Amino acid sequence: MSPYLLAVFLAAVSGLPGLFLRRRGGAVAAGLLGLAAVLGIGAAVRVLAGGGSGQARLPAAPLGTAGLLVLDPVAAWFLLPVLLVSACGALYGLGTWEEGRPGARFLRLAYGGLTAALALLVAAAHPLVFLLGWEGMAIAAFALVMMEDRHPETRRAGWIYLVCTHTGTLCLFAAFALLPAGAGPFAAFPAGFAASGRGTALFLLCLLAFGAKAGVMPLHLWLPPAHAAAPSHVSALMSGVLIKMGILGLVRLLSWVPDPPVWWGGVLMGLGVLSGVLGVAFALGQHDLKRLLAYHSIENIGIILMGLGLGSLGRSLGHPVVAALAFGGALLHVLNHGLFKALLFLAAGSAVHAAGTRDLDRLGGLGRRMPWTSAAFLVGAWAICGLPPLNGFVSEWLIYLGAFRAMAVSRWAWSAGLLAALALIGALALACFAKAFGAVFLGAPRTPAAEGVHEAPRGMLVPMGVLALACGAIGLAPALLVPALDRGVAALMPGPARPSLGGLASLPLLTGLALVLLGVALAFAVWLRPRRRTGDLPTWDCGYGRPTPRMQYTASSFADGPVSGLRWALLPRIHDARPGGLFPSPARYESHVPDPVLDRVADPALRRSARGLALLRVAQGGQLPVYLLYVLLTLLALLVWMVV
Amino acid sequence: MSPDLLIALVMLTNFTLVATSRINKAIQVAVAQGVILGLMPLAMGLGRHVHILAMAAAAIAVKGWFIPFLLRRALRHVKIHREVDPFIGYTASLLLCAAGTGLSLVLAHNLPLKPGATPAFLVPAALATLFTGFLLLVSRRKALTQVVGYLVLENGIYLFALLLVEDMPVLVETGILLDLFVGVFVMGIVINHIRTAFDSTDTRHLAELKD
Amino acid sequence: MPGPLVFPAHVALHLLVALLLPPLVPGLIAKVKARMAGRTGPPVLQLYHDLAKLARKEAVFSRTTTWVFLAGPVATVAAGLVASLLVPFGHTPAPVAFEGDAVLFAYLFGLARFLTILSALDTGSSFEGMGAAREAAFSALAEPALFLGFAALAKATASLSLTPMLLSQGLAAGRLTGPLILVLAAWAIVYLAENSRIPVDDPNTHLELTMIHEVMVLDHSGRPLALVLYGASLKLVVLGALLIDPLLPATGRGWLDWLVFLGGLGLLAVAVGLVESATARFRMTKVPQFLVAGVLASAFAFLLLLV
Repeated sequence: MSPYLLAVFLAAVSGLPGLFLRRRGGAVAAGLLGLAAVLGIGAAVRVLAGGGSGQARLPAAPLGTAGLLVLDPVAAWFLLPVLLVSACGALYGLGTWEEGRPGARFLRLAYGGLTAALALLVAAAHPLVFLLGWEGMAIAAFALVMMEDRHPETRRAGWIYLVCTHTGTLCLFAAFALLPAGAGPFAAFPAGFAASGRGTALFLLCLLAFGAKAGVMPLHLWLPPAHAAAPSHVSALMSGVLIKMGILGLVRLLSWVPDPPVWWGGVLMGLGVLSGVLGVAFALGQHDLKRLLAYHSIENIGIILMGLGLGSLGRSLGHPVVAALAFGGALLHVLNHGLFKALLFLAAGSAVHAAGTRDLDRLGGLGRRMPWTSAAFLVGAWAICGLPPLNGFVSEWLIYLGAFRAMAVSRWAWSAGLLAALALIGALALACFAKAFGAVFLGAPRTPAAEGVHEAPRGMLVPMGVLALACGAIGLAPALLVPALDRGVAALMPGPARPSLGGLASLPLLTGLALVLLGVALAFAVWLRPRRRTGDLPTWDCGYGRPTPRMQYTASSFADGPVSGLRWALLPRIHDARPGGLFPSPARYESHVPDPVLDRVADPALRRSARGLALLRVAQGGQLPVYLLYVLLTLLALLVWMVV
Repeated sequence: MSPDLLIALVMLTNFTLVATSRINKAIQVAVAQGVILGLMPLAMGLGRHVHILAMAAAAIAVKGWFIPFLLRRALRHVKIHREVDPFIGYTASLLLCAAGTGLSLVLAHNLPLKPGATPAFLVPAALATLFTGFLLLVSRRKALTQVVGYLVLENGIYLFALLLVEDMPVLVETGILLDLFVGVFVMGIVINHIRTAFDSTDTRHLAELKD
Repeated sequence: MPGPLVFPAHVALHLLVALLLPPLVPGLIAKVKARMAGRTGPPVLQLYHDLAKLARKEAVFSRTTTWVFLAGPVATVAAGLVASLLVPFGHTPAPVAFEGDAVLFAYLFGLARFLTILSALDTGSSFEGMGAAREAAFSALAEPALFLGFAALAKATASLSLTPMLLSQGLAAGRLTGPLILVLAAWAIVYLAENSRIPVDDPNTHLELTMIHEVMVLDHSGRPLALVLYGASLKLVVLGALLIDPLLPATGRGWLDWLVFLGGLGLLAVAVGLVESATARFRMTKVPQFLVAGVLASAFAFLLLLV
């Protein structure tokens, strides 16, 4: 059996031994997932390094034929974060979901199932296998989101997720029915198909299905509640990897098309800008740490989509250099976001676990008692803001380069818009993560809960360390990934003209400058290192002698500038009771930024339609036999219809 | 043993099932039906395939031993022995069952099936068993009887699957094993939950779950 | 495009200028302001003395702070120094030039800003938090203005490397003049905002409530404060080079180019001093409008290039 299949198998069964073991079931599961990661990543690296003619056709024994699963470079590239994040998450989960906590066994079972489904999905080369992986992923993720279903908001999040994912799957069914070669294995489309009416329908359906999964802006409604409700290591896996399966779908779609119409790229790019800018803007308005991170996932999906759209446009208009840079940036960002977003969720999970609240305005000062967790979160925040010398910068930089090249080779004015959007996203992300990190880890504790925290156990710190190191390694030595990226990009650009990223971007120079930066910083840090700390002194209080921790600038105040600047887009709900008169009553100020789609469109619309659908409730008698009678009658009707 | 004889026996068990009011007897009959069906592949001369034999053995083990074991345990626990006051009376059930069997014969005759070496009465018997299962599910109140109904329904599907076993063995086997698994799983959960939640096994209580 | 490493002698000179010259610029600005107000003012070399004094002094740390408190000053200087390697000083090519270095240049300042904001939040002071919030919000507007300016220059010179972008011979001539002026106007706004100058911010104000950048470093003392001050002056020089490079005449002789650059930098400092003396500070709510004007100017420059 190939190492890849073995990895899928190990992941799938990782939760099983725990069902029969009285203790250490979690350790066994984490060990199996770790082994799966080693095997699977080994197989992926072999493929990405060009071994075995660059891809491996796997015999799929249970399904009877070979070629249903193909571990090509794209699959291998997506497999890397799947297995790495999953293994790290499993190890981390040992700390938060300790043995004996109700549901821990089920959690491990579903977690292994989700990993296996994801790993299967990336290599699917047949619609049936793809749908199998897709649904397996959806159901396992649903079970995981619902882990803490005693909270009403968790149940709500689970339901929204289930409805969204099923709607998406429905679109996917329809899309696969439109595939040109029928329901056979995936294959390149004939020339001219993409521009035909059927090709258009296929693209739109795929966009709906994959966009909903990825969390593209108007279709993202399931994402923030689900990520907030799920256990943190599950959020890490979902945000880091699961939503990337929507991107995988789009990548696959683009790789089948020999001649993508111009408007495909335009639509992808437009959605990318929309998701990117609005995602980060809504993130700024959040008070819930995990919801904030979830909106940042939308933002990063937007960045990836910008890359994919730009690449697709580059292909349509015959600029392979632009396409290579943009696709390369998008693919690299898929991996990068998987790493740093998982890291952020794990670190945020530790903080939330320690302090018992996700509310930014009730945290604060955790960094003193949780130095390692705070360092991990800082690395993640650093990377996600795209700041050098970490990995987020490299992928964004490639997309920037693609956009600049696009501008240089033609009269494409929109690529300047892309640049401005990327710059704006970068600056707002910076503000948002300064807010999040500052509110949670810096300053003084705002509540007693935040004061009594303890550093996470080593078992939870190690996975964060692994992810942080991976972020740093990619940021410092991106040139090492060029051959692998080139192979991935090649899948997206069928045809002879394939410029190598190595020749287009001076990645070794980035490494050099990053090392200079680190060296200089280290030198100054040593120079600054206090020989001794003088006494126990307070912060300079600007003349006011009795400041309390509650008087610190809160996360909401910090974000108030941009949020009120973007009032027209965010539509914050503000409850403001100002003090007035001679004997003022207690003052109150609250602001919320509700989700534009879920809270402002979907919810009212569904409520209204529910009233109309109440008429159908007559048929829902609540009697099991009656339901069974419906089944019987349907069956009979179908049989009679067949015969007559 | 000719397959036709077994098929006739299956049809006979169908009638017995709808006519009996004793839960214990219903379980026994359903077990007998399961075992008969388990033997069916042998009678059809499929015994040369090892995996089909294994599948038949698994089916007999689950339907002849494991599920009845679960049911009897539940029966002992809830101390209910009779299905009193069903939605549809016994005589009416018998008549409906007979009508269903007749309808199955008509339908099977007209269904566009691949002509082959399958026994002549396999399809009608499958349909009839299916209808009987549904009838039990629809007309009875007690959860245990409904489980029996589900078993019978499942037996009908199994019979149908035998039609295809030569053409696509893997698919059918997977389907059947999955079915068995789901059967045990669902029934175990259903019986257990009804018992713990309502302390009786009357499915009418489930109506309270309506929103 | 020149190779990544050229003219070792000039590289050495470049590094020396980047390391030693910066503290002179704030001194010059302060002198101009003092003269405009009819005072004598501190000596031009005052900041060198201040830095030397601070380097010997012991730093005081609040009990709230962690190591993040030190990361701000360190990052300001480290990122500023690395950024100085990317920007050409006058008509001498930058020590390191490659396609896309403009993005790295901007993001290095982003890094410095990120860590400065964090070190301000690390103190837990509400005033410093206020300053940090303003810095974050205003820079979100300054960033697009900077990048659209890059876009316009990149469009005009078909390169995304600072050296060719800023030193292209054709820039000041013909149809590129209009866009160039607009870009430089936008960048001048960015320059004033990023360096916390009047009319955006007042480095000499004494009311914490109205500060932006200065309030973020209230708690720094000793060596950290020295780094903060040095980093601010470094930023004046490095971003200043961005502004003046396209305007400097090319002499064709290495040493003369350097003199022209130093002269340009002096003129820039005088200009900043004059602006600071002649204008009043904006109300805080007007600052975003000022920055949006910068964004629009650079966007318009880009559009001009398209027609």
